[in-house]
Amino acid sequence: MSGNKNSLITNVATVKELLVFFWRSKIWWLTPVVLALVLLSAIVVLTESSALAPFIYTLF
Amino acid sequence: MNILGISCFFHDAAAALVQDGIVTAAAEEERFSRIKHDASFPIRAIEFCLRTAKLRAEDLDWVVFYEKPFVKFDRILMSTLATHPRSFRVFRESMIKWLAEKLWVKGLIRKRVGIPQERILFSSHHLSHAASAFYCSPFSEAAILTVDGVGEWATATFGVGRDRNIELLGEIRFPHSLGMLYSVFTAFLGFEVNEGEYKVMGMAPYGTPKYADDVRKLLRLHDDGSFSLDMDYFAYHYSPDTAFNGKFEHLFGAPRDPKSHFFTESSGYPAYFGDKPANYKELCRLNQHYADIAASIQLVTEETLLAMARALHVKTGLPRLCMAGGVALNSVANGRILRETPFKELYVQPAAGDGGGAIGAALYAYHAVLGNPRNYVMEHAYLGEEHSEADIKSFLDANGIRHEYVEDDDRLIERVVDALMQGRVVGWSQGRFEWGPRALGNRSILADPRRADMKDIVNTKIKFREPYRPFAPSVLAERAEEYYDLKSPERHYPARFMLLVVPVKESKRQVVPAPTHVDGTGRLQTVFKKTNPRYHRLIETFDKATGVPVVLNTSFNLKGEPIVNTPAEAFSTFSKSGMDMLVLDHFIVEKENS
Repeated sequence: MSGNKNSLITNVATVKELLVFFWRSKIWWLTPVVLALVLLSAIVVLTESSALAPFIYTLF
Repeated sequence: MNILGISCFFHDAAAALVQDGIVTAAAEEERFSRIKHDASFPIRAIEFCLRTAKLRAEDLDWVVFYEKPFVKFDRILMSTLATHPRSFRVFRESMIKWLAEKLWVKGLIRKRVGIPQERILFSSHHLSHAASAFYCSPFSEAAILTVDGVGEWATATFGVGRDRNIELLGEIRFPHSLGMLYSVFTAFLGFEVNEGEYKVMGMAPYGTPKYADDVRKLLRLHDDGSFSLDMDYFAYHYSPDTAFNGKFEHLFGAPRDPKSHFFTESSGYPAYFGDKPANYKELCRLNQHYADIAASIQLVTEETLLAMARALHVKTGLPRLCMAGGVALNSVANGRILRETPFKELYVQPAAGDGGGAIGAALYAYHAVLGNPRNYVMEHAYLGEEHSEADIKSFLDANGIRHEYVEDDDRLIERVVDALMQGRVVGWSQGRFEWGPRALGNRSILADPRRADMKDIVNTKIKFREPYRPFAPSVLAERAEEYYDLKSPERHYPARFMLLVVPVKESKRQVVPAPTHVDGTGRLQTVFKKTNPRYHRLIETFDKATGVPVVLNTSFNLKGEPIVNTPAEAFSTFSKSGMDMLVLDHFIVEKENS
């Protein structure tokens, strides 16, 4: 239980770090695009499972 | 100081433990999960590392992940946006994986390993590769070349290692990738990416590189050793399931059907393929086209690597080279680099692919970040799990398996040599399993190299491999020069790890025909008394009996399965195959009818 809590805290920190990374990398302008696409993808995650094709796991 | 290195989520997940600068345990997750190229979080491999060193998670000073997830995420976002809308499916598929798992590596490590986040570090993908080669090498100073499919943005890097520091001098960035180019052809030739590259390399000598000029249309080499791909021929940067496009097919024809058997007139048609088809000659002609394409991509890959290595030599002026990344597993190219560039010595670590990143990440933290001096050379690959005699006996007894315990090792080895000389195929499992994709005498299937038909026998009985794939020779290091065109073999570490293809001396090709490839080469393993005394003694005994200091060695697994780890897996593979004898340390199991 405390492992899950710690992991959640770390994940929240990860989101902050990611935003800082976007800012420092000067790709902050991507944030709204990413958020929109991520929301879209989240819907996809919830609605269908994925059969990954041979190439994608190598690259992405 | 205890540092755990972790690599995962793309292919060949692995964990490695570095204790005071020495790698004390390392293994790929597939050996425990039994899923070939398992990419999932390597919890079993981590548990193995801790168990081996008798550590608890809280004893770890640092855990180092082998790449930087945010930078990779950045690459995926930028490259999919650049190719939008064609890349929408890639974006969707990759986001599913990233949102579910890959982005949260730090939280995952914290939860699964159980250490505070302050003790988690991140290396970068190619730096981990570079470190895995340089810090494991015996060189205090060396040029470093890393080449693979892709890491974060880099697909290849040029660098220098000096004492405890590594400096990357330049890089080639996605989508321009030599590893991806080779994988595109692997897919075109009907093989699985990240698995079938060896098959392309094995197929190449059956063809002539008549399409090399066409391959060169895809890749432009620059004077500084870098290259760029003409992306008009490829689809891998925007498609989740296609590597090449119509323009590529226009150049090379239709891709080979993955379900079809591959054979040419010179490769032979093995019995396990069934009856010869009525249109055998026509199929041979068709397959010859694909063999010619394999020869062409292999040649261009070698030329590109040679150009990269030569340019790096000009830049650094150093006589020694360390190589890492999946492309460094191309043992034919490694042989040419050693013979045809000014570099006098080459080091390739046994797990040169992504699995090796676990070792590199941990060693990079220890030496470059924490500033500790170097005190380790990876002289052997026996870093995996071992099983005690008590465990073996208890497994055999519990399952009612008839066996013999031979305490006198000389007598046991003589029994094995007798069996080999009678043409029997022996499963040989001892000590700790090997780090990396090659079996180096601790989880090996052994056979007599002197019989030309042994390749077919091993294939028919056990491996059911494609007939064009060569078997490897294990040779006594001190006698290797008699059989192979390799001066001072003890200096060449890649040969210890079966990562160097060299010509077999012409006078010896008929002496060891089974592990000699169609083009007269061998992917040899030099065996040293110091690092594997028992395997060395076995080959020495075979030499005394036959005058040949070589045995045929192939990995102890069935087709499509990871190499065995436990006595149970070894016995299961032995039972399901046509192997005649199984040796588990001091225990012998024989098939009744053999």
